[in-house]
Parts: sequence; structure tokens; C-alpha cells
Amino acid sequence: MSLEPGLAPRIARFCEDLRAEGVPVGTSELLDAFAALDSVSWTDAADFREALAATIAKSPEDRRIFDLIFDRYFFRAAEAEAIDRELREDDRYSGGERLDADELREAIQQAIAEGREGDMRDLARLAIAAFGRRGEGSGVVGVDVQRIRRSLELTPTPPSEQQGEEPVIDRDGINRFERHLRRELERALIERTEKLPPSRPLAELDRTLPTSPTQDLASVHRAVTQLKRRLATLGHEQRGRRQHAAVDMRKTMRSSLETGGVPLRLRYKPKRPRRPEIIVLCDVSTSVTSASVFFLSVLHALHDSFRKLRSFVFIERISEVTEVFEDERDFREISRRISREGGVADVSGYTDYGRVWREFATEVADDLHPRSTVIVLGDARTNGREPHAEIFAEVSERAGRTFWLNPEPKLYWNYGDSVMSAYEEHCTAAFECWTTKHLEEFVNVVAGGRSQPES
Amino acid sequence: MRSVAETKSALESVGYLADEPAALVSYLAQELGKPVLVEGPAGVGKTELAKAISRATGRELIRLQCYEGLDEAKALYEWNYRKQLLHIQAKSASEDPAAPKKSAELETEIFSEDFILTRPLLKAISNPEPVVLLIDEIDKTDQEFEAMLLEVLSDFQISLPELGRIESRTHPIVVLTSNNSRELTEALKRRCLYLWLDYPELEREMEIVRLHAPELDEDLTRRLVEVISMIRDLDLKKPPSIAESIDWARALLLLGADDIDRETFTQTMSIIVKHRTDIDLVAERVGVRLGSPEPAAQPE
Repeated sequence: MSLEPGLAPRIARFCEDLRAEGVPVGTSELLDAFAALDSVSWTDAADFREALAATIAKSPEDRRIFDLIFDRYFFRAAEAEAIDRELREDDRYSGGERLDADELREAIQQAIAEGREGDMRDLARLAIAAFGRRGEGSGVVGVDVQRIRRSLELTPTPPSEQQGEEPVIDRDGINRFERHLRRELERALIERTEKLPPSRPLAELDRTLPTSPTQDLASVHRAVTQLKRRLATLGHEQRGRRQHAAVDMRKTMRSSLETGGVPLRLRYKPKRPRRPEIIVLCDVSTSVTSASVFFLSVLHALHDSFRKLRSFVFIERISEVTEVFEDERDFREISRRISREGGVADVSGYTDYGRVWREFATEVADDLHPRSTVIVLGDARTNGREPHAEIFAEVSERAGRTFWLNPEPKLYWNYGDSVMSAYEEHCTAAFECWTTKHLEEFVNVVAGGRSQPES
Repeated sequence: MRSVAETKSALESVGYLADEPAALVSYLAQELGKPVLVEGPAGVGKTELAKAISRATGRELIRLQCYEGLDEAKALYEWNYRKQLLHIQAKSASEDPAAPKKSAELETEIFSEDFILTRPLLKAISNPEPVVLLIDEIDKTDQEFEAMLLEVLSDFQISLPELGRIESRTHPIVVLTSNNSRELTEALKRRCLYLWLDYPELEREMEIVRLHAPELDEDLTRRLVEVISMIRDLDLKKPPSIAESIDWARALLLLGADDIDRETFTQTMSIIVKHRTDIDLVAERVGVRLGSPEPAAQPE
């Protein structure tokens, strides 16, 4: 391999950083990266980055972390080199004083609106020169960035004023400009102190970036897809008897060749795991308002994945909403229809778990069998009414498995009118579930078969 | 294709506008001989990329379409048992019963390459000419199938119990596509280069549409691409793909439309939106905006 001598250890260290952030980089990926850099001119910044990304980051999630780490790592590497060789840029802040603040602002707005990264960087330097007290800010980069942004009066253009000659700036553009400011300030700080600050792990916020509800929905969908695969292959293959096996003609004929064309041995079609039947009950009362949107989106995602799924929503009584989910695709429309025609908007609006179980037992319990899975999404707050845990116990007895997802942190269980413990003992397992991360944990536990005594 | 830039222009000359990462990964695939895993939403040109590589390199394209329940017999090879049976019968009929045929001899005869039905994977491996192997929608199969692919993808060889190992004579370019409907196994990912294709930026999609419908007026093309990206922002069952943007552009050409107003839109909407519920949603959210002279860029 004809790699530049200094490069290989650098890239290996870069991969270390990635591993520390949870990107699975194996030795084979590392070798691929070297091989790729061998055939790509690595002096081209874009090619270098893409070649590394193609060999190392193997999901959109990993790619995002890759980009963040890449910027951090190679920026730091370059700065460390500069300190080593005592390179300085002394006159970087000249010319700032002569600039008019308004002109500067306009130039920056223009650059942001047109997305010219190079100009943004130069202007960030100018802005630091103009407002950064000649590079001697507070010493805390974040504070300086905000101070300079405020002095520049950079704010996103509200949608109502998006017309006329004023360039349109969105939050994204300002973030990009702030990133340039931050980088330039960091560079100045490193030059002044002649050492690198310790590298920080990426903040959780940087990594997950849950910016829009649709994106959140996407991560719910991802967790549910996993759930689907695991439920579908879990322990059911073994059940059922051999007597229904179907003969596989093709394989039988093939094996008959060994015996000169006489089919002595029958070959059977392999047993496909049976699809599980899932029944989901979702609390939509006022006490779980914030969580019910999340739960409905879980339901929504489940409906996309399972054909045999019945869903119910409940407050005081239960109401089957399977059809609503099958008819409608738009999530907002679904929540509207459920609140309107779900038939659950009862008199008081308070959950009555006891009644819910009674109704569930009479209406649905006959359809339950050992292959069905019941998932309850609710906070187990009965508003002081009788919980009827014994009926719930019957239900979970009939169903193969019963899971309870509670939107409250475990800490609040059994406080006030929560009767979680009464139900929990009858469940296969109960989980707190108020972020997609919890949902993923639920999926993992279900798949790992822990807290599952009977299977 | 000897450099990234060359790959890019080669792909462009066969009608595929690749962006920087796509061109680079296609180049690396050929250079390193590693399979490429292409992921992204439906209709961004994942399959098209493989076809374009095949056209640009002049290699034959062998396609394996994956589906639930795909097994070795459909993907790798199968013994042609009818032919084998016929062969046995023909042998025993023509032969003098007095001279007993050695069964071992018969066995080697019927388990030879003459009696194999090659399926896409074996075909790609045993082809004397270098080929492009497209394994489409790998996420539709189950994990067992993925495991079976590993041997093919890392060593470009297939082990047949009756015949032994068949190694590839030439190095195929392998492209796997996935709609990301399930997480693929780490083992598979480790053997592949990774490329994430997303819906193109406005400018690039304009270029693509212009490449395929060059007669369409430039302003109209821009308008069309803007409308499409507006529709993609809605939560649809099936957002319009790039191919559908091109179809729509061609339809507008045929109709001789000079602007996308509400009427043309409702008439031609069925080209880009293919679900009843989607059509309602799009008509409600996008259709009404088109009449107004100053359409907002983003739907609320």
C-alpha cells in the first residue's frame, strides 16, 4: 500500500473516535478505507471524505455521526499540526474596524441565503474582527458565538415576511453560519493558548437531532420494524404438529434420483413460522394526552407492519379502531377520526380500567389463543375506580404473552391513583416507554427473551 | 473508467446523472472489487444506477430480484431433474440389461454441468465475460438468504455439494439495493461499500429531467421540480419518484402545456401520485396552491 506514512495511523485514530461514539468500525472496514484511499486521490477533500464514508459509515445514522466526527477530528488534527510547526496567522483580523455593521450584516444575510460556505467563513472572520474584541472574547466559545450573532441581529425571517428583496434566512442557515463562527473562534483560541482543548464526546442532542415530528415518526417506524421481525420469528416455529406438513414435489423428485427415480422418501416443505396475532390496547384519555400522540404513532407504525393486528383505543370503554388505521394513511387524519368517531369520547373523559377489562373480556377474549400477543399502552391510572385486576389476569392467561408499556417513568408507578403493580404481576413484562429509545429497549427485551419465563 | 471524474462522465453519457458520492462509490466498486450496498427511499434511482454502470462499462447486467421466500433453488442453481430422469430412462431403455451399468458412472453423468439450471448468482459467477450483478431489494429476503450471499459477495465463489467449488473467472461488479425496510445484518454490511441515495436537490433533479425531456421549457421544468418536491414533503403512501417526474415532464410535453396550473395539474396528477388517499391529499394540499400567482415554497 502506498499510503502517506502519517495518514494510516491518523485514520486508525479517527476510527477509534468513531467507535467511541458507537459507530461499529471493524478491522475489515479500516482495511477497506485504506484500499479506497489508495485508488482515490486523497488530496481532494470531497473525494477523501466520501471514500472514507463509503467504506466506514454504513447507515444514514452512522453517516451523520461520521460527518460530525470527521469535522471535529480533522479540524483538530490540522490545528495540532499547526501548533507543532508554530504556524500562525497574525493578520487574520485586520480590516474589521473599517466595516460598517449594516453592510456586514447584509453581506452575511446574502451569503447565508445563497448558501455560499466559503463566503460565510470569510465573513465569520470579519464578524469576529468587528465584534469579537480583537479575538479576546470571554474565553468561552459558545458565549462569544451568541454575542456576535446578537450584535449582528441575525434572526430567521418569519414566514409571513418572506417576500421583497430581503434575502430569506432560515434557522438552518444561521446554524451554518454559527458553525463557521465557532470554528474560527476555536481556531483563534487554539492559536492563543497554543494547545488543543480536550475533545468532548458528541452531545446526545447533536446525535439524535429530533427536529420534526415526521422524523420522530420515522424512528418509531424503525423500532417497530425491528419489533415486527422479532415477534415474527420468536418461538412460534416450534409449535404446531408435523401432520400438516406439505409434500415438496420438486425436492421429492430430486431425492428420488438417488434411488433410480423411485420416490422412496417424501420430502416436505419447510415449516414457515406462523405470523403472530397482535392485539393492541391504547389509552387515549386526558391523563396521557402527551403520550397518546406517541402511542398512536406506535400503533400507526404497527399497522404498517402487521397484517393481523387489531387495535383498540379506550378511555372509559373500549372501541375498535382497526378499520380507521387500515383506511387512512395520514397520521393527522387518523387522530382526528379517532377522536371523532372512535366512540370513546365518553361522559367523564376519565379512564376506567375495570370497565375496560370487563368489556375486553366479553368482546375479544374468545378470540385470544396462545399465539396471540396483547400489548397494552397505558398509564394504569384508574382515577380511584376498581382496577379489576382479576379480569386482566384472565385475559393475560388466555393470551400467549402480555406486555404493558407505561408512558410514565418507573418512578411514578404506583403513586397516586396508579395501580401498575396490580397489573404488572399478570404481565409477561412491563416497561416504561416515553421515548423511542425505550421502545427500542422494549423490542430488545422481547427479542432477547429475558423476563419471559414461559417461552 | 479510470478516475472518479471519468466514471461520472461515463455514467452521464449513458443517461445517469450521478452526484459526487455515487460516482465515487461506483468507481471504487470497480477498483476495489467490492460489492456496493445502495440504500435510500423508493424511486431515487438505485436500480437505475446498476443499469447505468452496466451500460457505461459495457458489461452484461444480471439481475436477481429478491422477494420473501426466495431460496437457493431460485437464486443459485437447481438440478434439472426432468432432464436427469429422462437421461436415466433413456439409458436404461437403450442398454442391454445383460451388461449392468455402474451406478457410480451414471451418477457422475447426471450430476455434471449439463444438468444444472443456472440461476442469476451462479450465472454471474460462471460467466466468462465480466458482468454487473444486481441484487435488487435485498431487504425483502430473510436473514438466512443474506447469510448464503456472504460466500458469493466476499470470495466470489459458490460451493455446490455435488460439483465442488465454482470460482468466478472474472470479477463481477455487484450492486445490492435496499429500501431500508429492515436492518441488514452487520456481516453483510461489512463486506460492502455503502451508498445512501436520497431524493436529489432541486438543481440536480432539474438537470435529470432536462436530460430526459430536453424539449421542455426551462421555467416549466423548474416549476415541475418545485411542485414535485412540495409533494414529497407531504406524508404520502408513495412519494413520486424521479422516474415519475420524468414521465410527468414528458406528459406535459405531449399535452403542450405551457404552465402547471390547477387544471393541468388535476388532469395529469395521476402520473405522479398513485394511491387514492394520496391523490385526495395532494389535490387538497398542493392543487389549491397552484391557482394563486405566488405559491408558497413550503406546505404548512
